Amino acid sequence: MTREEIIKPENLVYRRTPVLTDATMHYCPGCGHGTVHRMIAEVIEEMGIQENTIGIAPVGCSVLAYNYFDVDFIEAAHGRAPAIATAIKRLKPDHFVFSYQGDGDLAAIGTGETIHTCNRGENITMIFVNNGIYGMTGGQMAPTTLEGMKTATSPYGRDREIMGNTLKITELLAQLPGTCYVTRQAVYSPATARKCKKAIRQAFEYQKLGKGVSFVEVVSNCNSGWKLQPVQANEWLVENMLPMFPLGDMKVPDKE
Amino acid sequence: MAFKGTIVIDMEKCKGCDVCVTGCPNSCIALSKKVNKKGYNYLEMLNEDSCIGCANCAVICPDGVLEVYRVKV
Repeated sequence: MTREEIIKPENLVYRRTPVLTDATMHYCPGCGHGTVHRMIAEVIEEMGIQENTIGIAPVGCSVLAYNYFDVDFIEAAHGRAPAIATAIKRLKPDHFVFSYQGDGDLAAIGTGETIHTCNRGENITMIFVNNGIYGMTGGQMAPTTLEGMKTATSPYGRDREIMGNTLKITELLAQLPGTCYVTRQAVYSPATARKCKKAIRQAFEYQKLGKGVSFVEVVSNCNSGWKLQPVQANEWLVENMLPMFPLGDMKVPDKE
Repeated sequence: MAFKGTIVIDMEKCKGCDVCVTGCPNSCIALSKKVNKKGYNYLEMLNEDSCIGCANCAVICPDGVLEVYRVKV
C-alpha cells in the first residue's frame, strides 16, 4: 500500500486541533509547554466548549499563551491568574475558566492568590506546569527547584540551609477543603502525555460539578534552563524530578 | 489484524527536538541532515513500511507538527 493510498481523510487518526492557532510556538525545542497547550486545546475541542471557555495567561514562558489558543484569553499580572479567574468565573458562571501557570508564577509570586483561591473553592481549573526553574528570565532558582540543583542563582546547587526546602505546593493544596480534584501528571513520554490529557479532561468535567478548584500539575522539562538536550532533559526529569514529585491523583471527588 | 500508517510532517514548524524519535516504537522516524528555514534539522520518515500509525510521535510532539493516518491491512 502506497503512502498516497493511506493519506485520505477517512484514515486520519491524529491532526493538530483547530483550537490551536497556526502560529509557531516560541518555546524552545522539546519544551513541555507546547504539549500541555495541545492537550488543553484537544480537551476543549472534544468537549465542544471553544465558544465559552476563557483562559488566563500567566507571566513566565507561557506569557504569550493567548497567541496559541483560539479561545478568549486574559493576561494576568505576575502570579495573579487565580484572582482574575475568580472574578471571571463569578461574573460568568456558565463559562469554563482555566488558569495556566508556571512554578515561578503559581508557587512563588502568586502563592497567596493560589492558596486563597483554592481555599475559597472557586469553580475553576488550574493548570500548573512545574519545571523547577524560572525558564523565561534565564534559569533562576524557583521554589520548586530540587535540592542540590544548579541554577543561575544557585550556582553551587540549592542549599537547604540558605535557600530553604523544595516547595511541594500541590500536596499543600490537596489538603485544602476548597479543592475537589488535585493530580500530578507529566508529558515526557507518549503514555504519560495521554494520561495527562485524561486528567485535564477530568479537571474540566469537575468544573461542571461546581465543587471547587480542579488542579492539574504537570511535571515538565526546561532543557534550556537545565542546560541539557531535550531528550536528555526528559531522562533527567524521570531520574530526578519524579522521586520528588511522584505522579498520580492526590484528591478525587467522591462519586455520587 | 495489522495496521499500516503514515505521517505528514509540517517540516517548517518542526524544531528538531528529537522527542518524537524516542517515542516511536518501530524506529520509523529520524531527524534529517537537512535543515528548514529556521535552521532546525527537521523530522523525516526513515522507514515508511514499519509505521503502524500509533500516533505516539504526534501525541508527544510539543509543536503539533504531525498528522497521522492509519488503515487496517
